[in-house]
Amino acid sequence: MRRALLAAALLLPVTALPALARSQTHGQTITTARKTATATLRKPPPGPAYHAADAPTNAPVAYVGGMKPVMDQGRYLHGILDQLEGRYAPGGTDFRWDGEAWYGGDYNRLWLKSEGTLEHGRLHDGDHELLYSRAVSPYWNVQAGVRADIDDGPTRTWGALGVQGLALYQFEFQATAYVSDRGRFASRIEGSYDFLLTNRLILQPQAEFNLYTKSDPARQVGAGLSDVDAGLRLRYEVWRKFAPYVAVSYAGYLTQARRIVHDQHGESGALRLTFGVRSWF
Amino acid sequence: MLIPSRNRGGLSRRRFVTGLSAGGLVAALPRPLLARTPTAGQIPPVARPRWDLRVGRTRIEIDRKVLHAPCIGGDVPGPILRWRQGDTVSINVTNTLADEETSIHWHGLRLPAAMDGVPGLSFAGIAPGKTFTYRFPITQSGTYWYHSHSGMQEAQGLYGAIVIDPPAPDPQPCARDYVILLSEWSDVSPMDMLDNLKMQDDYYVFRQRTLASLPREARAAGGTLAALKDRLAWSRMRMAATDIADVTGVIYTYLLNGHAPDMNWNAIFTPGERVRLRFINGASMTFFDIRIPGLEMLVVAADGNAVEPVPVDEFRIGVAETYDVIVQPTQARAYTIFAQSEDRTGYARGTLAPQPGMSGPIPPMDPRPVRTMVDMGMGDMKPGESMHGMAMPGHRHGSAMAGMDMADHKTQPPMSGMPMPRHEEGAMDDMDMKDMQPAPTALGGHGHGHSLPMPAAHLHKPGTMDHDAPAADMAPVLEVDDPGPPPLNVENQNIARMPTDRLASPGDGLEHNGRRVLSYSQLRATRPGTDPRPPTREIIMHLTGNMERYIWGFNGRKFSESGPIRLRRNERVRFTLINDTMMEHPIHLHGLWSELENGQGAYRPYKHTLISQPGSKLSYLVTADAPGLWAYHCHLMLHMETGMFRTVIVE
Repeated sequence: MRRALLAAALLLPVTALPALARSQTHGQTITTARKTATATLRKPPPGPAYHAADAPTNAPVAYVGGMKPVMDQGRYLHGILDQLEGRYAPGGTDFRWDGEAWYGGDYNRLWLKSEGTLEHGRLHDGDHELLYSRAVSPYWNVQAGVRADIDDGPTRTWGALGVQGLALYQFEFQATAYVSDRGRFASRIEGSYDFLLTNRLILQPQAEFNLYTKSDPARQVGAGLSDVDAGLRLRYEVWRKFAPYVAVSYAGYLTQARRIVHDQHGESGALRLTFGVRSWF
Repeated sequence: MLIPSRNRGGLSRRRFVTGLSAGGLVAALPRPLLARTPTAGQIPPVARPRWDLRVGRTRIEIDRKVLHAPCIGGDVPGPILRWRQGDTVSINVTNTLADEETSIHWHGLRLPAAMDGVPGLSFAGIAPGKTFTYRFPITQSGTYWYHSHSGMQEAQGLYGAIVIDPPAPDPQPCARDYVILLSEWSDVSPMDMLDNLKMQDDYYVFRQRTLASLPREARAAGGTLAALKDRLAWSRMRMAATDIADVTGVIYTYLLNGHAPDMNWNAIFTPGERVRLRFINGASMTFFDIRIPGLEMLVVAADGNAVEPVPVDEFRIGVAETYDVIVQPTQARAYTIFAQSEDRTGYARGTLAPQPGMSGPIPPMDPRPVRTMVDMGMGDMKPGESMHGMAMPGHRHGSAMAGMDMADHKTQPPMSGMPMPRHEEGAMDDMDMKDMQPAPTALGGHGHGHSLPMPAAHLHKPGTMDHDAPAADMAPVLEVDDPGPPPLNVENQNIARMPTDRLASPGDGLEHNGRRVLSYSQLRATRPGTDPRPPTREIIMHLTGNMERYIWGFNGRKFSESGPIRLRRNERVRFTLINDTMMEHPIHLHGLWSELENGQGAYRPYKHTLISQPGSKLSYLVTADAPGLWAYHCHLMLHMETGMFRTVIVE
């Protein structure tokens, strides 16, 4: 029973993929036939007698001096640190970051994600991903690449495949499935939502769940739902790109991982008062 | 020094002293009058066929925002060019910019394609250090403007007015004649704006619906639950009803003839005189709503072409449009020319007064508009509902029943600001939403004919725009370029399933405001159109975009993924625009007139830029009588640059 549930959870990101793509482009065969911005331009398939006056053509326009009148293929570089925070506790304050950066155009982007927690001078939960991201629908991107768990524990590497985007009701959502070099599977699901109290004061609940098929005690990983990192952050956007926040955060191990951590005499979970800054460029 | 005015190359003594006396503490008070350029807005006394324009960068400070602005003759806006119809003008444009090319496009002018000034289409641009001579005959008269079509120089100051004298005496003689060029000023480069919008689409919007604004909305909607439902519906669509302008007064200072509001540009009149005001919207991203409290404005020309005079209290001017209005102040007092941005985050302002230096009261800004389901072109369909399978050759959106429902809704008596009665039948989510909003297209202040939605049978069906009833227009359209409903893809997030005719609406935020506000349906040319032929072809274009990703285009594609629109020489074409986005787009066709089919029969107004209202459908006729490559695009600069642009080729 638990296995089935777990398998379902692991498969979620993968199965969600085509479903999302389908739901977003339902029946729109006319233009989804066009695969990339630069692909060979094809005529729409036969169907209703639709014809766009501005349909892509094989006869390129001879622009004077080869000059395109507008630059709609610009590339952009942005990075955001959603979390850069101290999690206060009497026994010692943890320091955590979680951020991402991307470079690219409207369809194809290179993503870098990174997160980690510094706890008693030791880095753990260090997770870094390099992903190729492809826009597939109005709000969704498919992402594939590699993940490396690099911190003070043993290093693990994974292949990654997931979706990232804006779900209904404007939930930010990411779900990624991983397969490790040792043939193990894992999954991560992340979500957040911005409640605007005022135009600058924003309350953001956020949660991240990690699931694994097999336990990995050296990394405090248990089979099944292994850990959760959640926060309720109240930020003030002094500028759009700079917002200090106060939060309560919870990081904890669940189910089997909880027993593993308990056996290693670690802390299995803590709710903490947290201060940090969200910033981006 | 908190000196609001502009200066270049240091403070003049007078300004310095003014600044001292004003000190820092009067920042919130009206600033002293600092008329900067006494000639701003003054039309040169005579028309000249030869001009020399030098494009360079000049350090200009306005409203404490310093910019090395690309401009002509060191001034923003550039000089007013006065020409005469019948002359052949010759303009030498010299590029003194260090390392960027430039160009000048003569907006609204009918001229040979090579003189149109669009790099890549007309010519290769003007390289640094080079001079290009524009030479073309002037075959029209009225108010126009010019601007750069290179990079985003236009957004930073490279623009100016054109006034062309008619060959015959003006049928609307005026004792005084002023240009009023509206624009924006910001020290944020347009590239940075675009960069920010690509990351966060509401980067410049600080008027979102929030917890703090909920009580106010609840009062307007007639209940907290209703307000929350409305929010949920928008949230479900991943859109914002508060999305009025992409770039706002948060970073813009709105200018009138290059003057910030506190610099109070002045125009002089003697009581009893008729004064012509030539309004030009030279902004890159802002629509303005213009009024002169206490004065009736007589709209006598639109986009350079004379129209039958329409008396109004207010009008909206889309980016790149021009309107000539005549006012006749009888009292010897100051009148404020008030041009608030559509999103109400700021205003441009000047003063009409019998003596220089006077200022009139500045009215408060109106409440900012909020988008409704009509702007989504949703009628009473559910946002998520697919219309696939319903698409039939007639390209009809929605069933007849749905159309009836819609008509029913809209013909409710307009009760501005009051909740509409709920409809029992089929109370779908967004129906409820509409119930909360005032009926969108009902009676404005002036009791003019009104845009009730067309019955479903006419909706979105080629060749059935029923404004122009004459038999000529009943002739069959031989060829229809119908792209079908746009896809929901990376570049498009919405389909206007029930686009409505909004020509009789003055626009979002102007309905039921108690003033007589100009609408497109009121524009009637003073003479019949020159080409009486019915169109032989209809080109349907959907305006599409994805606000979230900040990509804009036509038919779900940006410029780089589309081919050119090819027109045959002298072909008579009907363009039909269906706006699937929830924003206004000022669509500009270079080189050819756009004759708006607004119910005035043969007296269609000739325009060069047409506002397509959100969720609307409109059509206009074009005679392809000028060969060459022409630009066709949304004149919101950041929309154009992100893909809402096409090349039109007249062969």
